[in-house]
Amino acid sequence: MSTAVIDEAAPAPTPEVIESFTVTVIIRRFDPEVDEQPKWVDYDVEMFATDRILDALHKIKWEQDGSLTFRRSCAHGICGSDAMRINGRNRLACKTLIKDLDISKPIYVEAIKGLPLEKDLIVDMDPFFESFREVQPFLIPSSKPGAGKERIQSVADRARFDDTTKCILCAACTSSCPIFWTDGQYFGPAAIVNAHRFIFDSRDDAAKVRLDILNDQEGVWRCRTTFNCTDACPRGIQVTQAIAEVKQAIMRGKP
Amino acid sequence: MTQDPSDSTIIDGVHYHQFDIVIVGAGGAGMRAAIEAGPGARTAVISKLYPTRSHTGAAQGGMAAALANVEEDSWEWHTFDTVKGGDYLVDQDAAEILAKEAIDAVIDLENMGLPFNRTPEGKIDQRRFGGHTSDHGKAPVRRACYAADRTGHMILQTLFQNCVRLGINFFNEFYVLDVIMSDVDGVEQPAGVVAYELSTGELHVFHSKAIIFATGGFGKIFKTTSNAHTLTGDGVGIIWRKKLPLEDMEFFQFHPTGLAGLGILLTEGARGEGAILRNASGERFMERYAPTIKDLAPRDIVARCMVKEVAEGRGAGPNKDYVYLDCTHLGAEVLETKLPDITEFARTYLGVDPVTEPVPVMPTAHYAMGGIPTNVKAEVLRDNTTVVPGLYAAGECACVSVHGSNRLGTNSLLDINVFGKRAGNNAVEYVQTAEFLPLPEDPAKEVRETIEGIRANAGGERIAVLRRELQEQMDMKAQVFRTDESLAEVTETIHQLRDRYRNISVQDKGRRYNTDLLEAVELGFLLDLAEVVVFSARNRKESRGGHMRDDYPDRDDENYMKHTMAYLTGDPLSSDAADHIRLDWKPVVMTRYQPMERKY
Repeated sequence: MSTAVIDEAAPAPTPEVIESFTVTVIIRRFDPEVDEQPKWVDYDVEMFATDRILDALHKIKWEQDGSLTFRRSCAHGICGSDAMRINGRNRLACKTLIKDLDISKPIYVEAIKGLPLEKDLIVDMDPFFESFREVQPFLIPSSKPGAGKERIQSVADRARFDDTTKCILCAACTSSCPIFWTDGQYFGPAAIVNAHRFIFDSRDDAAKVRLDILNDQEGVWRCRTTFNCTDACPRGIQVTQAIAEVKQAIMRGKP
Repeated sequence: MTQDPSDSTIIDGVHYHQFDIVIVGAGGAGMRAAIEAGPGARTAVISKLYPTRSHTGAAQGGMAAALANVEEDSWEWHTFDTVKGGDYLVDQDAAEILAKEAIDAVIDLENMGLPFNRTPEGKIDQRRFGGHTSDHGKAPVRRACYAADRTGHMILQTLFQNCVRLGINFFNEFYVLDVIMSDVDGVEQPAGVVAYELSTGELHVFHSKAIIFATGGFGKIFKTTSNAHTLTGDGVGIIWRKKLPLEDMEFFQFHPTGLAGLGILLTEGARGEGAILRNASGERFMERYAPTIKDLAPRDIVARCMVKEVAEGRGAGPNKDYVYLDCTHLGAEVLETKLPDITEFARTYLGVDPVTEPVPVMPTAHYAMGGIPTNVKAEVLRDNTTVVPGLYAAGECACVSVHGSNRLGTNSLLDINVFGKRAGNNAVEYVQTAEFLPLPEDPAKEVRETIEGIRANAGGERIAVLRRELQEQMDMKAQVFRTDESLAEVTETIHQLRDRYRNISVQDKGRRYNTDLLEAVELGFLLDLAEVVVFSARNRKESRGGHMRDDYPDRDDENYMKHTMAYLTGDPLSSDAADHIRLDWKPVVMTRYQPMERKY
């Protein structure tokens, strides 16, 4: 801002001092070009209570060790890039604030589990997106609306699948699922959430196809309702409930 | 048409692919283009992220279209609002196309599956937004089609879902660093792109007949921004380095309601639903500045008023450095159902509950009105009128110009759909008759040298230090208010940073997922673009839209009713920007509307 618009008569406010403190972050590092096995490495960083874990990772990368590798983009919980295990729980680094963790102890950060580890906090996401593709995650209507016309959908019909439209494909749910850890063939919660989003959309006519896909032995029946996925979802989607609704739809043979 | 992405040959360690159309960027514009291009031509989409990570997903409030589902509206009113909102620097033929094609663009998305909010009759619901009015400014109009406050998320997901349906070839986490130009009868034409594969560090050449740039914006030249970390202007920077012009780069939009201190966006849709901006004393200050539409004045005006309130001592908080967005009278139900995400952002990041407390906000760098000049067919221009055959741009990286000097809210989700679609269609038509141009020998040479140069550089300058200084200085000296003095100072800073950049070092010397190297390359683009922004801004000695000069507070139609065109000439590393940037002008297309004083 330029000086020309500042009212000189206004008293200069006393800046508020906010205290920072040292936090120890212990990160499970793995460089595929050097390391045979991942190793835990400690970093001390100066943080504010309202900083995010993503800020801590950036501070380490930008001030201490440029080789620390992780994905991130939007930094406010919308793009789904930075799902990771923080103190043993799947969360987005950009939605986890320092003040919400117990900083009297070190903070442990590692890659999400169940997908191939590539480097530091990065895993191979391709298997995850393959499962997503397999449930036919797109609207399949049997009729066309008139040219230039929208389909009509009631407020209640629209609300029926609202929860599962929130998914950002971050994989926090799928990679928190103990079934997925032991059986990588399992579709996993995220794919089922995205199937749910279309199965219960009144405009869609291919629920039967998707229900058949999910009735597979690697489908919804593998779910043991552990609720890890629901706890992990950074968007607050009732994932376990969505899976249960798909199970019920399979039993009924329709949404 | 799909093709196995692994269908490539390797020569001297470089992978060679061939596609009719290569789309760079997988946000809204890129994927909307792909949906047109994929079925008609062999198409590849290259993204430095996974498609669903693109920043289209962060857009919140809505997409404008005069559907008239809830009250009387017309595309002509929408055109007028767009022109006036852009402070008359809008090309009116383009704005008319935007407003007319908006209706089909929304219907297309609904038909593709986008879950819009609905009216009681089951039609697409619409809400108010800044600067959108009925009958040429008489009153706010409900024109924004929306899905809660995650319209961008729904658009990005719907487009990705339809790309999956069509079997579009994606190259994810491939970072395009160069466009290959071939000489055709003395004129340079694009023959493909060179990309760096993040997972392996290997280089890929994509030989193609047509290229669509859809790489988004460059908000990371500023510190306080709603933009993602990845929005570093790579596409715009590549075009610039190829000595193609950039248009209206001085016009950057500062969105009024960023979370104070963080810059995270709170949608204008909140004000569309009735939220009110207040200063420290609780006064609804926008009543003083825009008596007719108050808090729903366009973004440039609201942002300026907010900064003024703070500068004149009426800011709130312990440091009096922000104002409040008051949503408390909207009630928990409206917030939870129509504005759930921003309600959560305020709770998560500021510990403030919008249901019961006003939210601290200040302007945040949001959107580049300028960029790669195109015509209404999304064809890239090499001067004011000449097309570069086979080269297209759409979305924020492009400047059509439908936004002029200030974009209206909800017109960007519209822009990516209308011009993304046009780019895709026109590229398909072009490749039907175009030939593949011959590639030069070793087309990846320049990129290899750049990358290896950075990897080997032991100069010791740190990326984060340079970037932080650039961003802080841009915030202080080239943000909502600018003067010749402030711009001169930041020019000098950028010059010094560009010198220091030549000694940039990375600590990660590895091949795989080298994001350290990536950030170094990105910083190079940021420095290039910041220089063009500031140089263009200094030259425009008037105030218009997003460009507010304290030393020239009035709009000057006589001298500046024209677009800026910046060209890279000579040695890009020469110390004085004037030695390597040449500015020219491009006339504004006016059809229906004569410039008037902009009052709301």
